[in-house]
Amino acid sequence: MTAMATRTESRESGPSFLQTFVSRHGSMMPTFAAVAILLVLFVGAEIFLRGDFITPRNISALLLDNAYLLVLAVGMTFVILTGGIDLSVGSVMAFSGILGAKLLAEGVPAFVAVPAMLLGGAAIGLMIGILVQYFNVQPFIASLAGLFLGRGLAYVVSLSSIKVEEPGILWLQSTRIRLGDWYITPTGLIALGAVAVAAFVLHLTRFGRTIYAIGGSEQSARLMGLKVARAKVMAYVISGLCGGLAGLVLTAYSGAGYPRNGIGTELDAIAAVVIGGTILTGGRGYVIGSMIGVFVYGTIKTIISFMGAEQSWMQIIVGALLLLFIVVQRAIVARSEGRR
Amino acid sequence: MRSIWRHRLFWPVVALLTLIAVNSIARPNFIKLRVRDGELFGAIITILRDSAPLMLVALGMTIVIATRGIDLSVGAIMAVSGAVALTIIDGSDDPGNLATVLIAVVVAILVSMVLGVWNGFLVSVLGIQPIIATLVLMLAGRGVALLITGGFITTVNSEPFSYIATGYLFVLPFAFFISVAAITVIGLVERRTALGVLTEAVGINPEASRLAGVRSRGIIWGAYIVSGTLAGLAGILYASNIRAADANAAGVFIELYAILAVVLGGTSLNGGKFSIAGTVIGVLIIQTLDSTILFLGVPSAQSPVFFAVVVVVVVVVQSPRIRNALGRMSRSRKPKAAVAAAVVEDKQKAEVGR
Repeated sequence: MTAMATRTESRESGPSFLQTFVSRHGSMMPTFAAVAILLVLFVGAEIFLRGDFITPRNISALLLDNAYLLVLAVGMTFVILTGGIDLSVGSVMAFSGILGAKLLAEGVPAFVAVPAMLLGGAAIGLMIGILVQYFNVQPFIASLAGLFLGRGLAYVVSLSSIKVEEPGILWLQSTRIRLGDWYITPTGLIALGAVAVAAFVLHLTRFGRTIYAIGGSEQSARLMGLKVARAKVMAYVISGLCGGLAGLVLTAYSGAGYPRNGIGTELDAIAAVVIGGTILTGGRGYVIGSMIGVFVYGTIKTIISFMGAEQSWMQIIVGALLLLFIVVQRAIVARSEGRR
Repeated sequence: MRSIWRHRLFWPVVALLTLIAVNSIARPNFIKLRVRDGELFGAIITILRDSAPLMLVALGMTIVIATRGIDLSVGAIMAVSGAVALTIIDGSDDPGNLATVLIAVVVAILVSMVLGVWNGFLVSVLGIQPIIATLVLMLAGRGVALLITGGFITTVNSEPFSYIATGYLFVLPFAFFISVAAITVIGLVERRTALGVLTEAVGINPEASRLAGVRSRGIIWGAYIVSGTLAGLAGILYASNIRAADANAAGVFIELYAILAVVLGGTSLNGGKFSIAGTVIGVLIIQTLDSTILFLGVPSAQSPVFFAVVVVVVVVVQSPRIRNALGRMSRSRKPKAAVAAAVVEDKQKAEVGR
């Protein structure tokens, strides 16, 4: 299969600029594939839905509706780049959301409640990170404990949903910064800001390079004298922090905290990260790719609701897409290992 | 005496006995059994009956984990299986007919088996990481189940079907016999034939076992088929218990509880050595803990906090760091045993590092 792929490719492009580019930037290929799929989705929807899909309103809504998932995917990217996985993000989001709503309902000012939400998320992330790094627990199991803890604590805070009246929080959602028909809300800005900060940290700081190095080979990273333990724990703390931030975004979006929020969202986040081209064994991938992955996910959701099809198709299509990307990644990894 | 202490099932058994003891003291009704119309009732019987779906799923999970894999799709397979069975029964003219129910159950289990074949294909033939390969079906499976039921909760009124989960055979619940049968079959096949050893060989080192002539592909594939089939049976039990196919609620989180049961039973997630008896005890611990939490008056929604604490305590106690610390303590007393322990630890470290 790998040999075949190489052959077709060389026939098509020859020893050209394209081929050199592909071989030099092999790790970017899955992300490009995600961009291509996103474009295909847009164009396809535009054609089949009689030209009223690509409107400024729809595209703006895409960011608005998926801001919380984008924030989660950013945190998840850090963890997956180290070769780990974080199953806890959905319940951390629920916990932080309901915690914030409860605090605000009891008259705690927003400038105390919001940091409390973020800290709550980061604390669960810290627990997972310590279990993974210092007790050699598999990320899957450690974050599973985080999942149970977050979900249970959410119900401890409140068994039912709590409405948020605080104008400062609702402002995040209701404000529309307009440019013609385009708009963006502060929640959207928070999500894009998280992407920008993450991209900066991953590519232009020592910590970011350490994250990639751990994913490439933890042993080598340690032998190179990188601060592996600290970076690995930090990856989980960042993921937890993003979970807390997503809780804030979602609370603003829905105007309430609800302990049943985000059941299964961790899988959506993982799917978005994988579709965006980050490889699950770690070391390769881009936070921008995760953003594309979230948009692919959001676009599929919008198309399905446009077509009036049942939402159950959503799960099937995302599953199929995930499979497609994994097989593609598998082929790419196999090829680059074969060349080595 | 020390051999008992050192046995790997020692701590799981202690945990289970402690739970039972605490329960018996806190509520004397816990160990009391009542006989009504020749059928036994009581908290312990309820635990045995309710643990059946988790038992089936956890047994399949044990085999998959022994091959170094993991099967996240069991909950989704349960939903599909329940949806298939109830749609067939609901669509028939005579839902109460035993033949109809049998056909429905067999078809549902065959569908689950096919889903297991699919998982196994992705893992053993395409070589995709098990977490991700089964994540695909975990996401898509519930969608399929919803499509089968048309997005509704299908309910049926079928005497033979509800017997599966709520009926009694002799004096004990029928569901209990199903889990005993599953334990026996899996135990016999894995421990009385070479299959168990081969499975462990594949889990400990896939490459070496392949060089030694073990057909690892078939063994890994088979593990996922077994897991899928057992999950299908668990889905029937779940649907039979509530007399409905609820594609959204069937088997939610069961993959996590099943993995927890396997880990509690002392099987390492790194694959290799596995313990069927350990998993059985792990399932009983979880179910007893669940019953305890309910008895304490904690809303069942909050029970995950307890499970989180259990998971953390168990993994920390099992971790190399704590074991090393314990090993150092015993080394100062018994040098000879400690050397052996150190060798084992180093091996484990190498395994973790790998």
